[in-house]
Amino acid sequence: MNMPRNGFPDTLVTAARALASGDFSSHELVSDCLARIEAGRHLNAFVSVDAERALAAASAADRRPADERGPLNGLPIAIKDIFCQTGVRTTAGSRMLENWRAPYDATVIERLTAAGAVLLGKTNMDEFAMGSSGENSYFGATRNPWNDRHVPGGSSSGSAAAVAAGMVPAALGTDTGGSIRQPAAFCGLTGLKPTYGRVSRWGMIAFASSLDQAGPMAWDADDLALLLNVMAGVDRRDSTSVDEVVPDYTAGLTTSIRGLRIGLPDDLLGDDVGAEVRATVEATRRVFEGLGATIVPVALPTALAGVPAYYVLAPAEASANLARFDGVRFGHRCADPKSLEDLYLRSRSEGFGAEVKRRILTGTYALSVGYYDAYYLQAQKIRRLIRDEFLAAFTQVDAILAPTTPSPAFALGEKTDDPVSMYLQDVFTIPANLAGIPGLSMPAGMSGDLPLGVQLLGPHFGEGTLLTLAHAFQQETDHHLRRPGAAA
Amino acid sequence: MAIDAEQVRRIAHLARIGLAADEADRYIGDLESILTMVERMHGVTTAGVAPLAHPIDVGQPLRPDRVTETDQRDAYQADAPAVANGFYLVPRVVE
Repeated sequence: MNMPRNGFPDTLVTAARALASGDFSSHELVSDCLARIEAGRHLNAFVSVDAERALAAASAADRRPADERGPLNGLPIAIKDIFCQTGVRTTAGSRMLENWRAPYDATVIERLTAAGAVLLGKTNMDEFAMGSSGENSYFGATRNPWNDRHVPGGSSSGSAAAVAAGMVPAALGTDTGGSIRQPAAFCGLTGLKPTYGRVSRWGMIAFASSLDQAGPMAWDADDLALLLNVMAGVDRRDSTSVDEVVPDYTAGLTTSIRGLRIGLPDDLLGDDVGAEVRATVEATRRVFEGLGATIVPVALPTALAGVPAYYVLAPAEASANLARFDGVRFGHRCADPKSLEDLYLRSRSEGFGAEVKRRILTGTYALSVGYYDAYYLQAQKIRRLIRDEFLAAFTQVDAILAPTTPSPAFALGEKTDDPVSMYLQDVFTIPANLAGIPGLSMPAGMSGDLPLGVQLLGPHFGEGTLLTLAHAFQQETDHHLRRPGAAA
Repeated sequence: MAIDAEQVRRIAHLARIGLAADEADRYIGDLESILTMVERMHGVTTAGVAPLAHPIDVGQPLRPDRVTETDQRDAYQADAPAVANGFYLVPRVVE
C-alpha cells in the first residue's frame, strides 16, 4: 500500500499494524524518525527535537503489556510548537517565547500521551500562527520538501514539512484561517480542521479565540480518523469545547458514499482560481460521481467577503489575546527598562516580529473609538451571513467540494513584501473558520513537482462524512501515495 | 484608505508597541493596503443582520463554584523575567 521508508511504513495505521505483528519495535521506528529529522535539518521543520524523551517513551511503549496499549501505542507524532508541553520549550515561533517552558501539558498532549503516542518534538510555525507561508518564524523559514525553493504553507509549516519529508507519520497543527489545510495542500498531505469546539484548546496558545481549532495532519484520511478519535471530545478546562457525541471515525471510514450529495459552489470557483486548481476540482468531482455521489450546485454568495471580514476579526482578537505578553509574568523582557511603560513598549517591540505587530496594529485600529462599528461590527455581520449561507447549503448537501488554495506552493520570498497578497492565499479556507464548520484538504493532483489539494467542507460536527468521502476518494486514487523526490 | 504617521503612532501607543521612526513609516503603507482590502466589506449589504460573535449556538456552560486549583506559584514564576519573594518585579511605579 504505502511506500516504505527505509523499510518502515510512513503512515500511522500501517506502522501500528507492523508494530502489532512485531515487524519492528517502536524504538527502531522512532530512531529512524530521529535520523530522518537530522538528515532533513535544512528544511527547518523543527524548533525543538525531544530525542531523549522520545526514545524513552518508545521503549516504554515497547514494554507496555498488550492490554494496556492505547490506539497510538508507540507511534511517533510531531507537535506544532503552539501547544504547551512540559519538559521542552514552547515558543509559538516567537522571540517572545524563545525560552519559555510551559508549566503544564495541553489537553491534546495529555490525550495523545495517554493513547501511547511518542511525541518527537515541536515543529516550526509562523509566529503565533500568523502567516500562510512558514516564513514568519523567529527561528527561520521552513522549506517545502517537494521543492525546497518553495514555501510549505503556513502557519503549521513545520508540521506539514515534517510529515511530507517522512520525518514522522503525522503531526498536530492548528487552523485559524487555513493553517492546517493550506500547508497540507502545499505539501501533498491530508489535513483536517475540525468543527469549532470539537477538540479542546486548553494549552493551545491563543491567536483568535473565536476561530482557532486544533487538528491532525497526515498522508491520508485513515490516519486523521485515528488521531481525531483520540483528540476529540469535551474538556471542562475549555468552556468552548462542545459536549457532543464523538463517533468512532475509523469505523465510519468505510461507510458507502453512494447517494451522498456534494455541493459545488460556483462562488468559490471564480477567476481567482488557477486553471490547474480548477481542473483538479473538476477531476475530483468526476471521481466522486463515479463512486455514486451526486453533485449539486450550491450558492455561497458572501464567502469571498470572508477575507476582509477575517482580517478585522482575527487581528482584533489577536490584539486582545497578545496583550498578555507584557514582559512581566513570562516571555521576553527588554534590558534595563527605565519605567513600566518603557518595559511594555520595548519588550513587545523586541519580542514580536513584523507580521505579529502588523496584526496587532490592524486589530487595535479596528477596535478603536470611531472605527468599531464600521469595521468590527460589519465583519461580525458578514460572519453571520457566511455561516447562515453554509447552514442553508447543508440542508441540501452532505458536503461541499472546493479548492483549498488558488495555486500550488509559491516560491520562498515571493510574497513577503506584500501582506495583502499573502492574506489572499487563505480566500478558500477562511470561510470555514468564520462559520465554525469542519474542513479537510486532501491531495488531488500535481503542478509540476508540487502537489495540489482540494477541500471538503461539512456541517458542524460533520467530520465523519468528510473523512468517509476522503477515504473513498483515496481508495480510488493514488494522489495520497505520492512522495517528494519519487520518480513521477 | 489614508493613514498618517500620527495615527500609526496613536495605535502603536494603544497597543503598547514601541516603533522606531523608520518602522512607523513602513507600517503606514502596510496598514493602508490592509485597510483598503478590508474596505471591500462595505460592499456587502448587512442591514438588519445581527453580529455573530461565536460560530456555534451553545449556551454558556456553568461549573460548580468549587476550588479545584492548587497553589503552583513557584512553578508559574519559574519562567518569569524577574521575581522576588513570590512577587513579580517591575520598574518603580510610585516614587
